[in-house]
Amino acid sequence: MKDLGRIGFSEDQATLLEVATDFCQRRSPVATVRRLMEDEAGHDPAVWAELGDLGWLGVAIPEAFGGSGLGLAEVVPLVEQMGRRLMAGPFVSTTLVAQALVAGGTEDQKREVLPRIAAGEAASLALAELDTDWETDSIACAASRLPDGRLTLSGRKVLVTDAAEARWILVSVRLDGAPALVLLTPEDLPVDALRRETVIDGTRRSFALTLDGSVLASDRLLDPDRARATLEHIHLAANLLAAADMVGGTQACIDYTLDYLRTRTQFGKVIGSYQALKHPIVDAYTRYEQARSHLYSAAHCFNEQGTGEIAVRMAKAAADVAYSFAADRAIQFHGGFGFTWDCDAQLYRRRAIWHAAQFGDAGFHRKKLARLLF
Amino acid sequence: MSTVDPKDLAAFSEQADAWFAENVVRDPGFMLPLTFMEVGTDPQFHFLRDWQNKVWEAGYLGAAWPKAYGGGGLPQAFQNAATRAMRKHHGPIMLNAIGLNWAGPLLLEMGTEAQKETYLKGILSAEDIWCQGFSEPGHGSDLGSAQTRAVRTGDHYVVNGSKIWTTLGRYARYMILLARTDPSTERKYDGLSFFLMPMKAPGIETVPIRKLTGEHGFTQTFFTDAKAPAEGLVGPEGGGWKVAMRTLEYERGARGGQAGGYVSVGANAFDVFDLAQRTRRGGRPVLEDPQVADEMVGYLMEIQALTLNGQRTQVPELIADRPQGIPLASKLMGTEMSRRLNDFAVRLTGVRGAYYVDEPEAADNGLWARNYLNAFSATIGGGTSQVQANIVGEHVLGLPKS
Repeated sequence: MKDLGRIGFSEDQATLLEVATDFCQRRSPVATVRRLMEDEAGHDPAVWAELGDLGWLGVAIPEAFGGSGLGLAEVVPLVEQMGRRLMAGPFVSTTLVAQALVAGGTEDQKREVLPRIAAGEAASLALAELDTDWETDSIACAASRLPDGRLTLSGRKVLVTDAAEARWILVSVRLDGAPALVLLTPEDLPVDALRRETVIDGTRRSFALTLDGSVLASDRLLDPDRARATLEHIHLAANLLAAADMVGGTQACIDYTLDYLRTRTQFGKVIGSYQALKHPIVDAYTRYEQARSHLYSAAHCFNEQGTGEIAVRMAKAAADVAYSFAADRAIQFHGGFGFTWDCDAQLYRRRAIWHAAQFGDAGFHRKKLARLLF
Repeated sequence: MSTVDPKDLAAFSEQADAWFAENVVRDPGFMLPLTFMEVGTDPQFHFLRDWQNKVWEAGYLGAAWPKAYGGGGLPQAFQNAATRAMRKHHGPIMLNAIGLNWAGPLLLEMGTEAQKETYLKGILSAEDIWCQGFSEPGHGSDLGSAQTRAVRTGDHYVVNGSKIWTTLGRYARYMILLARTDPSTERKYDGLSFFLMPMKAPGIETVPIRKLTGEHGFTQTFFTDAKAPAEGLVGPEGGGWKVAMRTLEYERGARGGQAGGYVSVGANAFDVFDLAQRTRRGGRPVLEDPQVADEMVGYLMEIQALTLNGQRTQVPELIADRPQGIPLASKLMGTEMSRRLNDFAVRLTGVRGAYYVDEPEAADNGLWARNYLNAFSATIGGGTSQVQANIVGEHVLGLPKS
């Protein structure tokens, strides 16, 4: 049997977990979450500025480029606590774009962009397309070279989060038949290139991005020799951070349901005393603990060749199952109230569905694991 | 006790490794029980008793118990190293489970000095086998309603009634016994007392119970005016419920202090994975079936999660929200997974899934079907999974009592 990973926890992780737990609880109460769902930008610029001040945008950026030089293992507790408080904003996409540049950017790109991201410029990730699967090389959008060396793009990306405010958009394309990554700025986009999408998770600001007509200087291409490896890396990183958001959400969703089970009375009894409700919530809780263990194993082992991929896929698959089950039961256990907009259970359920649709659901990752393990 | 010299520990580990490499008997000529609840024949019993005695004499059992009571007086890390070596070399199980894991640590914590001196060494050496008298024919999960009576007469109590599911009951010299000393208390729990009961005494009869596997593993115990010495009381008269609950914490592994080793070697997901890798259906590896592969991955994830859960309990920051959550839920998670996993294993074997132990054509001599049926001993014994779910719901998640 291959090494499936193990738990490890650094002092930096512990410190960041403690700080993030407090910060996210204070800055993202559910009333704020609901208010921001109705807001055009979808998140609070003041909170974004605070994240920058706390150094969170540069946690996994090397010190030479203005970051703290830690790794994604240290980003995991931050995203876990954000997910727990249903926090919105471009933190995860910005972090992933930075990681893509660290892994596969040219030296010039790293020097130019990473310090600006660490200082607070938002970035967005445009990898998904409608009619492709979750495989990293499943890309239909194309780039081709003009005679003067510039690149012209075509095709359409979807689920590009916070694209309207991103200073940088990282796009996967096919160039000379092979996967490639290019870095766009808003100035590169034709008018009306962005269309706001209606998505299931109302805390997201998501856009379809039409690339046709975009022309880029050749230095916007990331290192072509490392494009494939960089894409693999970004998909794994995205799944790791998604798992973090989902595990945090699962915890909050269970706590929210428990509050109701402890106080709601029917037929003369507090409903949490009924085993028909008690036992499934225990089931949800044990799945949550398992998913969280997978998460912190994946965080710890992320950079290990082989084991990292196994642990991340296990973490995402476990988180999908745990979050979906906990949130589905949360709606049901709130009875009539659960069917209303005002019950928070739906917020968690929607967020879980959003994550399952991106970078692979539990079934997809189990299939990948079968190939890795058998 | 608390400081460990890494050099001493490394030397001890090396010695233990060499000792188990040399002394583990792979094939005694009969099927060895996978758990202490499956000891059904005299050859099995005597083999395992001798094995435990040998491990203890070599210093690899009870290494962290005090020297005065037969232990090694070493830090826990030494016993852990010995247990790892035992596991690495696939040593047979420790027989005297109830003594080593439940009664022993309980007496170390709550016993009188005389009790410690009388009982602990015999537990380690396997000279004195222990059994447990908690469940009754009418009261399984509902221990608090136990009806077996103990009436004080001079320097002893007279016991009448019956206990059931007595693992090792045929062989035991002592029983930890929960009996009712006062039937008139307002709260039923307050009328219970906890005894160290001699089993080889007049008025005690043990009758074998045949398990669903067809084997004999435990007994029903009948008490007819049997004498329990008063000095065998643990805790005060009427204080038995608290002692019994503490015993269950040891039983479920929610509290440390056990003598070491292991008392079951239940198949884990990796053994089933091995089975899956060598099983073919219709000439093709069974893992090429995507549905089977998906289920197998699910089990590998689950057993990995349980391993990681154990590691995570060592990191206080990662269990801060509910420190007792994983310890109290681990029995529920582990035993239920084992039951489902063995069911999966039986189905993996396809047509051979219909065979049972001793059929020459059965996969692995019918081990998987037997494992599956035996797995219920753990999902029912020590508190059924349904009672466990109540415990987790109430003590971890703060829900009201059912």
